[in-house]
Amino acid sequence: MGSSIAVAIVNGVPKPLPSDPRRTLLDWLREDLALTGTKKGCDHGQCGACTVLVEGRRINSCLSLAQLHESDTIETIESIGSADNLSALQKAFVTHDGFQCGYCTPGQICSAKAMMQELAEGWASAQTQDLTERPLPTPEELRERMSGNLCRCGAYSNIIAALEDVIASDASLQGAQA
Amino acid sequence: MRMTLADMYNTPDERNLLDTMKQGIIGKPLDRPEGPLKVTGTATYSAEYKLDGCVEGVLVLADIPQGTVSTIHRDDVVAMPGVLAVLADEAMVRRSTQGTSGKAPAQDVQTVDYFAQPVALVVAETFEQAREAALALKIEYEGAGNPVPFDPESADAEVETPSDSKPVKGGDLEQAMRDAAFAIDVDYDTPGHASAAMEPHATIAEWQDDRLILRGSYQMLAFNVKEIADCLSISPKKVRIIAPYVGGGFGSKLGITHEAVAAAIAAKELGRPVRVVMTRQQVFQTVMRRSETRQRVRLAADAAGKLIGLGHEALVSNLPDEDFAEPVTQATEFLYGGENRLLKVEVARICRMTAGSVRAPGEAVGMQVLEAAMDELAEKAGLDPVELRKRNLPAKVPVEGTPYSSRMLVEALEQGAAQLGWDRRKPSPCQTREGDWWIGMGVASAARVNVMIPAEARVTLNADGTALVETDQTDIGTGTYAILGQIAGEMLGLPISKVRVVLGDTSLPAGAGSGGSFGAISTGSAVMRACEAIRKKLGKKLGCEGDALEITDGMASHGEKQCSLIDLLDGEDMAEIGSIKPGKTFKDFSQASYGAFFAEVGVHAFTGEVRVRRMTGAFGFGRVLNAKTARSQCLGGMVWGIGSALTEELAFDMRDGHLVNHDLAEYHVPVHADVPALDVILLEERDAAASPLQAKGVGELGICGAAGAIANAVYNACGVRVRSFPLTLDKIIPHLPDPFVSPA
Amino acid sequence: MKAFALDHATSAQGAIHALQHGGTVIAGGTNLVDLMKLQIAAPDRVISIRRTELGEMALDGEGLRIGALVTNADCAADMRVREHWPLLAKAILAGASPQLRNRATTGGNLCQRTRCGYFYDTTQACNKRDPGAGCAARSGFNRIHAVLGTSDSCIATYPGDMAVAMLALDAVVLTEGPSGPREIPIAAFHRMPGDDPSRDNVLEAGELITAVRLPAPTGGIQLYRKVRDRASYAFALVSVAVDVTMDQGRIARCALAFGSLGTVPWRDPAVEQVLIGEEPSAALFAKAANVLLKDAKGLGANDFKIPLAARALAATLNEATQAGKA
Repeated sequence: MGSSIAVAIVNGVPKPLPSDPRRTLLDWLREDLALTGTKKGCDHGQCGACTVLVEGRRINSCLSLAQLHESDTIETIESIGSADNLSALQKAFVTHDGFQCGYCTPGQICSAKAMMQELAEGWASAQTQDLTERPLPTPEELRERMSGNLCRCGAYSNIIAALEDVIASDASLQGAQA
Repeated sequence: MRMTLADMYNTPDERNLLDTMKQGIIGKPLDRPEGPLKVTGTATYSAEYKLDGCVEGVLVLADIPQGTVSTIHRDDVVAMPGVLAVLADEAMVRRSTQGTSGKAPAQDVQTVDYFAQPVALVVAETFEQAREAALALKIEYEGAGNPVPFDPESADAEVETPSDSKPVKGGDLEQAMRDAAFAIDVDYDTPGHASAAMEPHATIAEWQDDRLILRGSYQMLAFNVKEIADCLSISPKKVRIIAPYVGGGFGSKLGITHEAVAAAIAAKELGRPVRVVMTRQQVFQTVMRRSETRQRVRLAADAAGKLIGLGHEALVSNLPDEDFAEPVTQATEFLYGGENRLLKVEVARICRMTAGSVRAPGEAVGMQVLEAAMDELAEKAGLDPVELRKRNLPAKVPVEGTPYSSRMLVEALEQGAAQLGWDRRKPSPCQTREGDWWIGMGVASAARVNVMIPAEARVTLNADGTALVETDQTDIGTGTYAILGQIAGEMLGLPISKVRVVLGDTSLPAGAGSGGSFGAISTGSAVMRACEAIRKKLGKKLGCEGDALEITDGMASHGEKQCSLIDLLDGEDMAEIGSIKPGKTFKDFSQASYGAFFAEVGVHAFTGEVRVRRMTGAFGFGRVLNAKTARSQCLGGMVWGIGSALTEELAFDMRDGHLVNHDLAEYHVPVHADVPALDVILLEERDAAASPLQAKGVGELGICGAAGAIANAVYNACGVRVRSFPLTLDKIIPHLPDPFVSPA
Repeated sequence: MKAFALDHATSAQGAIHALQHGGTVIAGGTNLVDLMKLQIAAPDRVISIRRTELGEMALDGEGLRIGALVTNADCAADMRVREHWPLLAKAILAGASPQLRNRATTGGNLCQRTRCGYFYDTTQACNKRDPGAGCAARSGFNRIHAVLGTSDSCIATYPGDMAVAMLALDAVVLTEGPSGPREIPIAAFHRMPGDDPSRDNVLEAGELITAVRLPAPTGGIQLYRKVRDRASYAFALVSVAVDVTMDQGRIARCALAFGSLGTVPWRDPAVEQVLIGEEPSAALFAKAANVLLKDAKGLGANDFKIPLAARALAATLNEATQAGKA
């Protein structure tokens, strides 16, 4: 192996990966990088609270070993907006009360961000009737695509309302006919 | 100088002060003030504080159901990399603390009361080291001499009447059943449930000399301080708990539990801060379960469908010596008529993890069964289920004769029915088929008792014209930050941007805590009373009574006189502590929040899968303090109703009492795809007996009966009456009609 | 999680070479890391194949070759798969969650281990996890367990969806190992438990899945029906993969595979023989179900899977044959 220290690019900044191969991407973000916006809800890929974007795709950071992310670009909730400069998605979550306790929320938002990208790229879901056509962002599609993120407070209806709001103002997602 | 208003709530406060205020923010659907922090991941939850030198503890669970620890092979584990300590202190707790206990639960982890009880804590420099060491720790046990059975239905299980649950008896139910024109006598069962709050239980314990500081995830801090102090035999004054953000509770964080005590003991022993975060599996296995229930419901109605008799008896379970017994019949006591009645709860003593409060203890499972049985009666009596309910609302609480403080059940039934389009419901099952799906509708009433807990809060009107609200009250997602600010802003005539709310720190006045839907009305009333005291002083400065003072946007006036708050304060902050305690109004009136659920479901004609297609809830709970957060509370409850109706069930192995489905993959809380767009109708109401705010509790109302509406809709869809929750498809398919035959 | 050494192979050959010295392959890790945290898997040495060349998809004369490292998400998003092997895309999209599918790989998913609650709980006896320990599931809570292909040693299901579709599509698992490359028809890949449930599949020590090959498209109507306890993000109680071609109102060709019904993804040619050449009808579907389930054995809590499988089969064949007629 080379002598240079392995890094991953987290929110635009190169960060040295941990030395213990057991450390998950989630624990590395939370403990070593103090990026505690990414939450640990189950640690076994069963709740989605730990969702982050790796190379633009959403994954469960709890089930990935940090050392497997050399050179990867990682985006966490901290890169999406700040309390005094919320992204459109974050604003919509606040307006529609798309959360209660807030613990699943960063995961929901990261997941939603990537989900919209998947929609824009025309990815199908289990709700998509014709796999050869670009899917429309119907409520059923959105619910299926967000089902990897549990919310025990039961804010689901409000989360979908927030997503519909953002999608309605995003031309690239209206182009489902393309 | 601080003063305290007479705090017992003995007579309804009919002044309805909030409606006389002019700021106009109370009840408005304002955004949560902490929202920007939550959506950016910058709200700090208990495990997320960075303390110098903090080390990691991982709990070790027993792999036997009952017995005594004989040997702990510490040495092998202490030699592992990074390991600092293996603790099995006698002060560590065997069980979770019941809500509002204020005392230590069963201690000493030498004894094992149930499978997967925590018996030790391993502490290491890093989480990975502690986790590996915890799994490596070998413990030997001696079995129990006189084992407690695992199954509440076992003949060996001792059955008791719980100490705090008196049976309600009136008239002669047996005779009423014989005299009835229509009678229903049915057995239902409901399974155990888990709170499954998204944030696992976590504590960071730190000692500063003889003072203990806990960053923890708890619901009722004033009680939690006493509980932890009692566990450690120290003064509660030496304990401070900080919990500004709590990632959900639903009863599971009412009392302190294993990780908090273990962390405190380890931190003391090591002289370093210690963090203990439970794994998801540990939360499932050790914190609290809602008891399973077996319920017998007897309904005796006359020819007009009026109840003349009502029986509701339940068998629940808990460990020996636990006071808590799921109060299944709590709402049955006051909801419907029928003077001939027998309501009672019994508890079977079994060997499974502690049973305790899970969102809406009692009503959550009692109401869904009562409401399913009411549907059976409606069918038998040939009455519309909405009409049956309307005919059975008594003028006073049966047997005890107490008047109702307020009750908007008729309005809820009518508005909910209109919203869902109840008039399109077919009275008999199997009439509507869309493709492979049978479609049906169901209704259920909602009811949840209104509870007040002693609470204090401090409000400071700052010289700069802003206000600060402080209490140790928690916000577990309930909207406390929002509503306390709105109450203070309304009372003090300030826009919401000028009010700051600080919560979740026991160095502040003791609020009620979050649980039992009592946080808002209790702590909210304390805030209101603190504001009243401030208004009184302000009035004095302006030369009038507090009540006569008008304040809007920081400008106070009385008649011709007008003065800004900043000028009135003249450079001095004004601080008051308000407090309230439940008093006579809770004895003089039956107090509850009410509502109605309407559900439309599809049942797959082949596979028996059930999907909720639409659902409406209409709720009356006194004054709405914030229409946005109150609606969210109702939505959340309805989602729990969907889970309780269709998917949620704790599965215990009857051979050792261990929980088989102890993770979020196999304990099925609803996901996005299970939940359609839900409608919530908030009915405006004022209830002076319930609180000076004229508000009642709403945090749990949305679940209380919701699953009944879904079960009733399933019957209406496909003609299958399942008397065992949840309505998983295995219980439905044996009774489905031939899927290839469509309705005529 | 036990301490382990992590190595990064840069080629399939390199990985195979590394495996000669023992070790466990990691690709996405969605199942392995889960198991390692619970110490159900406790390898001393883990070899990552993430930097190898196995992440490619290619169409050739024999069909579509899906590299072992291709993620479930990429496979389901691939337009060739969606157009010509929609069954595979549908099955993948019915599984897990988008986050997991973005990380889970083709090879890893074939090797996914069971969700049996007794396998997942190290305090309980399990022959699959701990050979010879016994099976606590047989007389325990076995609602999700298999009714076909069970043994006294084990009643655990293969829990996945992707492999069920691949089975109906006659996929071939391509491997390389110490004794060279192998082509394993997927029907022969998963092992029934017999008296050694510890081995889920026929991979030999040091053998690595390099790809899965789908043969030429059938052009049939392809449906994947997953029946589960909630609407999404749950393992199947029973799933049915159907690929059917109709000709003049009769079933000309069909392939049927079932998930979470047996200990392995389940396909029974005798069922297909009942159907081929016949006009679809409720009676015919029932006849096929009887053949499928003639040896099915429930243990109480999972008895319902037998009628459920028959019903899911009828529903799915009904839909597919109606669509095929149109």
